[in-house]
Amino acid sequence: MNTTFLRRAIVPGVAAIALAASLAACGSSDDDTTSASGGDSSASAGGSATNLSGSLAGGGSSAQEKAQDIWRAGFGASNPDAKITYESVGSGTGRDNFISGSYKFAGSDSAMESDELTSAKKTCGSDPVEFPVFISPIDVIYNLKGVDSLKLDAPTIAKIFNGTITTWDDPAIKALNPDASLPSTKIQPVHRSDSSGTTDNFTDYLHQASGGAWKDDHSSDWPLQGGAAAKGTDGVVSSVKSGDGTISYADDSGVQGQGLGIAQIKVGSQFVTPSADGAAAGLAASQVATGTPATVLQYNINRKTTDPKTYPIFMASYEIACSTYSDSGTAALVKGFLSYMISDQGQAAAAKNAFSAPLPADISAKEQAIVDKIS
Amino acid sequence: MTTPTLDPPAELRAKRFGLGDRVFSNLALLAGLTILVALAAVFVFLAIRGIPGLSADKSIYGPGSTNFWEYAGKALFGTCLSAVIAMIIAVPFSLGLALFISHYAPRRLAVPVAYVIDLLAAVPSVVFGLWGARTLAPALVPTQDWLNAHLGFIPLFGGTPYSAGRTMFVAAIVLAIMIIPITTAICREVFAQTPRLQEEAALALGATRWEMVRYAVFPHSRSGVVAGIMLGLGRAMGETMAVAMILSAGDPIVTFHLVTSENPQTIASNIAQKFYGDNTNIQSVLLATGLVLFLFTFLVNFTARALVARSERKLS
Repeated sequence: MNTTFLRRAIVPGVAAIALAASLAACGSSDDDTTSASGGDSSASAGGSATNLSGSLAGGGSSAQEKAQDIWRAGFGASNPDAKITYESVGSGTGRDNFISGSYKFAGSDSAMESDELTSAKKTCGSDPVEFPVFISPIDVIYNLKGVDSLKLDAPTIAKIFNGTITTWDDPAIKALNPDASLPSTKIQPVHRSDSSGTTDNFTDYLHQASGGAWKDDHSSDWPLQGGAAAKGTDGVVSSVKSGDGTISYADDSGVQGQGLGIAQIKVGSQFVTPSADGAAAGLAASQVATGTPATVLQYNINRKTTDPKTYPIFMASYEIACSTYSDSGTAALVKGFLSYMISDQGQAAAAKNAFSAPLPADISAKEQAIVDKIS
Repeated sequence: MTTPTLDPPAELRAKRFGLGDRVFSNLALLAGLTILVALAAVFVFLAIRGIPGLSADKSIYGPGSTNFWEYAGKALFGTCLSAVIAMIIAVPFSLGLALFISHYAPRRLAVPVAYVIDLLAAVPSVVFGLWGARTLAPALVPTQDWLNAHLGFIPLFGGTPYSAGRTMFVAAIVLAIMIIPITTAICREVFAQTPRLQEEAALALGATRWEMVRYAVFPHSRSGVVAGIMLGLGRAMGETMAVAMILSAGDPIVTFHLVTSENPQTIASNIAQKFYGDNTNIQSVLLATGLVLFLFTFLVNFTARALVARSERKLS
């Protein structure tokens, strides 16, 4: 009797699960989102409109999630009728959904490639808007018994992560840390198993600054085989926390308060502790990419700075939108929300709660000029 | 399965096949068809979205593979390795537990034990994942170090042990814990179905308790036990979240080392880890590996069923 009961319970259960899975799978490909409607008040010239209404759907980068929560709350406080959603689905899916038109704005840890810019232009019917809104330092974290401070430079980090340096008492590490008593523990480098903007920026740093020790180009997928891996910032942080001799890289916001060792990085002739200000200075010292539309502000980040005020391992996460929208309500809402993100108030709130670096004033002024063109 | 039908007398026929019966039979038919439609829908979805992944650009398959079959094969290897190790741990436990509950334990003990095991099946896999990665993995580091130091000459325990402990060894143990309740529940039920008369006859002939189990209970429940093991195997091969959270695996690789930081990736956890990332080009490849897993589980199930059917025929 019990067997038949079990069978009766299992069969519809399996059917329901399979059905739900197939529906969910179909649904995920074409997330339809309500477009903005009834923006009954128009944005003022400065973009600092209040009492905007309507709904706006966006999503993308999970690194921006915390900041987006804060921005939506802050923007919602002065625009209680505006409903903005942000789905933290990952940068790549965010860009895809923006290009397919289901998102009105997207957050992305990597700047769009030229083919993506072309597709986005087709979707928008005009040039897309893209600029960095969220700057966050990436820390090199480690866990090594008895070593509270560690100094590293780019070639050494590259050799640790590509497996050339295998123990903590390697002469290269000793040379950088003459005062530390380094054990002969094996180094266990941990990388992200998912494809991420953090990996992209970290490998870009190794590629640019290691003087040839890192052979691969920057890539959001870890380019080498071997080594430990974990999913997400949270995964690498908890792996490093529980394993002696481990080293990894993680977004600063996920490292704060975890009690992990954070390496100081050699910049020029000095060793720099990761900081929001250092990351912001690093962006200010970088070149604006050329050959993109006037509404696109992409940076070729300079990881080889020698100025000790800069910290070279950081991520600049972008916001993507259209420069024109067919619906004036949507345009006003996007304009207002983007303006809030890059405003001093929005940047300060994100810095406080998401440990990001506030945008340098001249960069946010440039971005505001782009936002003003949205119509 | 055909069920014999009895034709009811003519005067009852009208009543029997009244509205209620028609509604019920249609509902039952609908439920049956839904499964087929759902399965077909999953298959079609995976096939349509996955086919571009079969011939994607070489760079998309990561540093370790040059084509789809190599990539999928390596991930399938990880799936099989983790599932097989989990089964090696779980099956003896499940059979023992099921026998204990159905034939050995006093009723006062059997009922609560069975209840607790059923509860274990209700624990969500995320919880198993968190527990495995954050509690069990660090706790098993000394065990893994010991295995490596003393049994390191066996390739399974060779290499450099991972100090965070998130290895295939731990993942397989957690998988085993996750499948024990399912396998146990089904084995328990089929063991309990053994005809009382046969059991008593065996005992009356002077068989010990174990001999009774061996000659009366096991032959009778063979197909049910295999079904239970298959369900467990299916869960082990398809388990996603717990493995994704525990296993330190990036690009799919082939290695038999169980206690190092470099582990083979399983298909399900590979999809969970990589689907929503910065790089969406890999999505079609991942869906195609999903199709491989889908077909592979079918194959395993059919093979197991065929084996059972053959052995049943031999027995009778």
